Amino acid sequence: MDKCVGLYIHIPFCKAKCYYCDFTSFDNQNEKMAPYVFALCEEIKQYGEILQDRQVDTIFIGGGTPTVLPLALLEKILKSLKENFKIESSFEFTVESNPGTLNKELLYLLKEYRVNRLSMGLQATQNKILKSLGRIHSLEDFYNNYHLARQMGYQNINVDLIFSLPDQTKKEWADTLKYIIKSEPEHISCYSLIIEENSYFGRLKKEGKLKEASDELDRELYHYARKILTENKYHHYEISNFSKKGFESRHNMNCWKYKPYVGMGLGAHSFINGQRYHNSYNLDKYIQSQGKIESIKEEIESIPLTMQYGEYIFLGLRLTEGISIKDFESQFNISFHALFGEKVKKLIEEGLLIKKQDRIQLSLKGLDLANIVFAEFLP
Amino acid sequence: MVLSKQERTRNFCIIAHIDHGKSTLADRIIQKTGLLTEREMQDQILDNMDLERERGITIKSQAVRLVYKAEDGEEYIFNLIDTPGHVDFNYEVSRSLAACEGAVLVVDAAQGIEAQTLANVYLAIEHNLEIVPVINKIDLPSANPENAKREIEDIIGIPAEDAPLISAKMGINIEAVLEKIVKEIPSPQGDENAPLKALIFDSVYDSYKGVIAFIRIKEGKIKKDMRIRMMSTGKEFEVNEVGVFGPGQFIVTNELTAGDVGYITASIKNVKDSRVGDTITDADNPASEPLPGYKKVNPMVYCGMYPADGAKYEDLREALEKLQLNDAALVFEPENSVALGFGFRCGFLGLLHMEIIQERLEREYNLDLVTTAPSVIYKVHKTNDEIIELSNPTDLPDPSEIKYMEEPVVKAEIIVPTEYIGSVMELCQERRGEYIGMDYLEETRAVLTYHLPLNEIIYDFFDALKSRTRGYASFDYELIGYQESDLVKLDILVNREVVDALSFIVHKDKAYERGRKIAEKLKQEIPRHLFEIPIQAAIGNKIIARETISALRKDVLAKCYGGDITRKKKLLEKQKEGKKRMRQIGSVEVPQSAFMSVLKLE
Repeated sequence: MDKCVGLYIHIPFCKAKCYYCDFTSFDNQNEKMAPYVFALCEEIKQYGEILQDRQVDTIFIGGGTPTVLPLALLEKILKSLKENFKIESSFEFTVESNPGTLNKELLYLLKEYRVNRLSMGLQATQNKILKSLGRIHSLEDFYNNYHLARQMGYQNINVDLIFSLPDQTKKEWADTLKYIIKSEPEHISCYSLIIEENSYFGRLKKEGKLKEASDELDRELYHYARKILTENKYHHYEISNFSKKGFESRHNMNCWKYKPYVGMGLGAHSFINGQRYHNSYNLDKYIQSQGKIESIKEEIESIPLTMQYGEYIFLGLRLTEGISIKDFESQFNISFHALFGEKVKKLIEEGLLIKKQDRIQLSLKGLDLANIVFAEFLP
Repeated sequence: MVLSKQERTRNFCIIAHIDHGKSTLADRIIQKTGLLTEREMQDQILDNMDLERERGITIKSQAVRLVYKAEDGEEYIFNLIDTPGHVDFNYEVSRSLAACEGAVLVVDAAQGIEAQTLANVYLAIEHNLEIVPVINKIDLPSANPENAKREIEDIIGIPAEDAPLISAKMGINIEAVLEKIVKEIPSPQGDENAPLKALIFDSVYDSYKGVIAFIRIKEGKIKKDMRIRMMSTGKEFEVNEVGVFGPGQFIVTNELTAGDVGYITASIKNVKDSRVGDTITDADNPASEPLPGYKKVNPMVYCGMYPADGAKYEDLREALEKLQLNDAALVFEPENSVALGFGFRCGFLGLLHMEIIQERLEREYNLDLVTTAPSVIYKVHKTNDEIIELSNPTDLPDPSEIKYMEEPVVKAEIIVPTEYIGSVMELCQERRGEYIGMDYLEETRAVLTYHLPLNEIIYDFFDALKSRTRGYASFDYELIGYQESDLVKLDILVNREVVDALSFIVHKDKAYERGRKIAEKLKQEIPRHLFEIPIQAAIGNKIIARETISALRKDVLAKCYGGDITRKKKLLEKQKEGKKRMRQIGSVEVPQSAFMSVLKLE
């Protein structure tokens, strides 16, 4: 069953850091792009050997902004992937992009290397809001490049949106959704803004200078999105994700379904052979290691069985279809009821969980309070 | 002429307000007397507990014996007795003073006299001590020594023209202080052949020697193997060791005679058997009368202390027992709260004493505590003419059984810059104070006297006083008695259940405001639940304030960044851990911080 594996490639560079972002990414280290890509390709090569018995079925190049790399460097990575893994056209091969960094040459290059899914970070359709998030693009950039990609034959496009932004009105969120529905991407992610402590917004919040949306407003925006997207034939398949039928993100589905994945590049996380670990977050260290896997691995964690139960459940419950008790039992060979019967009963009574034959899933209320449910299943 | 040992002895203490330089001056005196090399000098030898040093106060009295070669060529024995500087330890101060013939009064040249200093000086004068005024901190740019001298003369009424102007910090003019001690403080009196009378002015517990009693011999002598009797209890012990206080160490001697200050050990297992203020006499040749002034100290303030982790109950008991070995004023007994589980009702001399014990339990014994609101002792007169002394609000009888109640009242003296008189009077008014009088110390400062109910000052009076006077007011109080008062018990209900640990007794006129503030505070402290939670303040069946914690609407993480499950898991685990640390009240989980937060409402 573990014969399949997903690959994640991290590109830790951006033109500018967005105000809400605390992820591993730099906007002032362009001179390190080339040595970084060199080290990354070395790492890819090593994993090519390590994973040669595995069937790779999804690749996701994320960031940062992968499309901020000069074409030659991006090509070097794509080439390295092609040389070290057998890439079938049946793969889901995604590249994340900022609408302000796309152009014909780049889209052509990606296509040439069998990238078949494009993810575009739009976030909102109001240029005023985009500016207030520190985004480097405008709605027009998105419009032009979205249609360019369509013309060039990209048939699976995701658009990322964020709601509960400071000062964002209900109408602005409704307008954003309306615009996107009209554009008809195959996949839409709607993320409720998280104020990360180590982001610019996090610092503003600490100084008391950030106007956060109330929980009440946040939920109103969330359920509005749910309603309108569902009415327009988008399937709400994960807490924050919607897609046309058959266009669910396979790469992310693997993660939620407790399937293994390997991350390459700075700070990338892996889950394979019952272990979790991640690469160093230190850019210079990563470059100096020249991609040697063993010298950049950190926090290797063998997951105890009880924790595996918890992880399996809380990741699975992120999906609206929830988890199948039968699947759980065949994965771990233990009675689900004996382990969690009482807890599930309590959570159903509290209206947070629903039981449908063999499946357990979050209720509408449970979608809002998922952490409470998840925490219950951790040891 | 050869002077006797008694004639060459000077027993004295130093009186100063916190921060006015008592410890620094003590250090300088120890240095100048030359018994210690620089290297042996521990910083601030008299304050040997970290906690005390951090707070800049001295908790337990100690003494040090020094030898000073004066200008007249004689070697004098100085017994410097340290006194606690705070009102909570008033009785201990008075016993320390009773061991001295004189007091060095240190006044800050920049700040002048403060309320605590004044209280202790009056106490010293009551004990017929010779007061030697000293003006300290003359090195400060803001120093005004002439003003400080005038204050001493005007307020205390003792001459201060010749007061040495010193800087203990810089070591300026310390010799002048030493000479003043020799010349102005009388030598002790007392007949060494009379039956033994020794005053216990402090005691500490040592795990090897048992109780070490600090004593001043008033009459007679004491030596090893002698059989002694504690005059208040009649308990007898055999003396194991007699000695004096070298700087930082005990020095064993053959005997102590009238006028001496030193210590004894006698296999005493509990500090309760060597109470401060008690008189030690010779069991075989007892004195007919004990020394005057002994009283058993009684706690004035009580609160419940509970281990945050219920499993640490026994640890808390052991820690309290250990602290009690060294602190006869600390009392405790087991109690049980529905909200907090098993813990102890503890009694303290005052608020500062309570805070110090809490901090010591937390720091030295590594205990995480939840404490309930402090309470004073109320006298409940029941309809059947029984009188109950009540220190725990939950023990209040049914109102139908109560004829009337009394509460303790203190006399408070507040020294305050004149510009803040208005706001301090307002504060005292708010706290049900009765104005007694006001005296101007000088043009810019006055001393206000009020009678205040003790229960109005045990919460946050100090803080309120400080914030309304920008820290310029100083404050001192003493218990003067009980008065009848219209008191009610205020209960707090969380989700319609009474939380016993939050109940307290309050004056009827204050109940509404206090209830409203607590409800507001709890609303901030208790996290949202899946359901709406009413928080109510009630007197009997009557609800006087209400707040509502609305139901939790959102607790979900939108995104797992790049497969970083570990980070998400840590968040969930933290959430789960936080839940474990909460107290369950009915179906509501209340964080421990909520119990503490209602203690500070402003």
